[in-house]
Amino acid sequence: MTFGKETTAETGQEPERNVTINPPWVPYRSDTPVYETVLRHIPVERAIYLLPVALFFFSLFFGRYMMDPVQTLRILVIGSANALLDWGSSLLSALSGHQVLLPSFEQTWGASEQTVVFRIRLPRVIAAMLVGGGLAIAGASFQGLFRNPLVSPDILGVSAGAGFGAALGILISGDPGIIQVSAFIFGIVAVAVTYGIGRVYHNSSTLVLVLAGIIVGSLFSALLSLAKYAADPYDTLPAIVFWLMGSLSAVSNAEIIAVAPPILLGSLCLFLIRWRINLLAVGEEEAQALGLDTKRMTVVLIVASTVITASAVCISGIVGWVGLVVPHIGRMLVGPDFRRLIPVSAILGASFLLVVDDIARTLTAAEIPLGILTALVGAPFFAYLLTQKKVGWT
Amino acid sequence: MILNVKCASFSYDGITKQFEDVSLSLRRGEVLSLLGRNGTGKSTLIKCILNILTLQKGEVEINGRRVSSMRPDEVAREVGYVPQGHRSVFPFSALDFVLMGRAPHISTFSVPKEEDYEKADEAFARIGISHLREKPISEMSGGEAQMVMIARALAQEPSLLILDEPTSHLDIGNQMKVIATIDRLAADGIAILMCTHFPDHAFLVSHSAAILQDGRLIAKGPAEDVITKENLREAYGVDICVHYIEEAGRTVCIPINPCGCRGKGEA
Repeated sequence: MTFGKETTAETGQEPERNVTINPPWVPYRSDTPVYETVLRHIPVERAIYLLPVALFFFSLFFGRYMMDPVQTLRILVIGSANALLDWGSSLLSALSGHQVLLPSFEQTWGASEQTVVFRIRLPRVIAAMLVGGGLAIAGASFQGLFRNPLVSPDILGVSAGAGFGAALGILISGDPGIIQVSAFIFGIVAVAVTYGIGRVYHNSSTLVLVLAGIIVGSLFSALLSLAKYAADPYDTLPAIVFWLMGSLSAVSNAEIIAVAPPILLGSLCLFLIRWRINLLAVGEEEAQALGLDTKRMTVVLIVASTVITASAVCISGIVGWVGLVVPHIGRMLVGPDFRRLIPVSAILGASFLLVVDDIARTLTAAEIPLGILTALVGAPFFAYLLTQKKVGWT
Repeated sequence: MILNVKCASFSYDGITKQFEDVSLSLRRGEVLSLLGRNGTGKSTLIKCILNILTLQKGEVEINGRRVSSMRPDEVAREVGYVPQGHRSVFPFSALDFVLMGRAPHISTFSVPKEEDYEKADEAFARIGISHLREKPISEMSGGEAQMVMIARALAQEPSLLILDEPTSHLDIGNQMKVIATIDRLAADGIAILMCTHFPDHAFLVSHSAAILQDGRLIAKGPAEDVITKENLREAYGVDICVHYIEEAGRTVCIPINPCGCRGKGEA
């Protein structure tokens, strides 16, 4: 006993523990319950990475038109292989100048199943993962930059700008492509104006940026109201309202190909600087004293997050809550260190929106807008999180 | 000479000077206490030394190099800064915190490596707070947090350590702990510049002292020469007696009671 106490005092690390002499069949240090020992050997951080993979396959066969999981997997693998071989033969034909036909696997399923997997569900599932993961990563980064856990990706006005851009697109043409480009451009413009206002004050202090974000946000909300007011109540007004509630029902493969690169590049950028976000999160002056070029870092972070958010919003419409709630869940799981928080937020965000989108398309015969569901699921969940002790901030 | 400040002047708006014509220098292992009343420009001077603010006139040299021509990470490799208290929103652990001190040694797209963890552990061990390694900073007492901040600055492997009022908000025991730590680090050869509101602490730990008053240095030199009744009255506007106390084994500064002659033991 005395010996045990002495080591405690000396190292000061081990918490005081009653030393008991166990019979030989009881394993060493049996004072921790078995389940706890088992849980400790399943690293939460690693296990999380399997979540989106599992949900990805689940979402492909699950829906109003229920498919056989094995068949779905077969369609996905063989179908993709065939598409790749097809592409290979056309490439070879083009290169060699005469017809080359690579062999392809036999298609054992119907055309309708092929369409459901490749044309309807796959783009939608990928879109949900890109949007959810992107918004969560942008939200986590902004929470670090603004040193505030209650910040979401639209604090600098990107959503307000994109909303107005989309409404404008709907009023002018109604073509989905134009609506998306307009939403993207106005989202970026809104943040640029916010940053410009911040610069007028000769510093890019984050408080000034937040205030400028509020100014620009309310400006674009007013413009959006104007667009709604001017819209045709039987035709364009409902279109604007639906866009603002967010949905992934109309996402096509072409759109995925357009928005995936900016979202992935922006996320990669934030992933690479993830440890440095820690420094920003403890304070601007301290970060400067630690040798960080805070001004450049702030710009990089804002540009990356804005590109991600604007790209996500332009295919999904306004999807709230993901960027706010998911980083909190991440912080509860892996702690505040952005080294782990950034990848975990992306994984959790992708999974969260995937689940929400599955609910949106299956719960009722008509689609439920995403923005409604993220709030309906997210708000009570967030309220529950706040009652927990381990919130990850003070 | 590790730090050399030559005729430094600074102003935020170009009209009112925060400080003017300040010259200081610090050798290896020397501790300099910078005294002066609130708002007299001590913190601004520190920011200029760290090259967070740019001087209007004059030069700051660290190890013979002009700070104004150095990149932020180059400055951070030479100068460790311990700010005045810290409140972090996110509950980073002490280890996370001390690792941040390795930032100037880690390239932009990288994360701390094995070697950085070793240096962080060395910093913990050096000031004897290894037991705080995993504790979240938000759950620490003021004294513990202050020690972690010092450990973080040490992880930068600086030749100059700047502490901004390291003992404010601390109880008297923790104050002495911090002072003793500073003394030990100076003995290891680090030059230390310390802003303080306690002239007393200058006697405890420093070799030299300087008093900043209305943006000018009114005195600098060995602590015994600088911290005198006259200088303290000029700096703080109150009467302070400076006496050698046998029992304490050192010179102390005690403000003379400004509220008449109460408190002599009678009720």
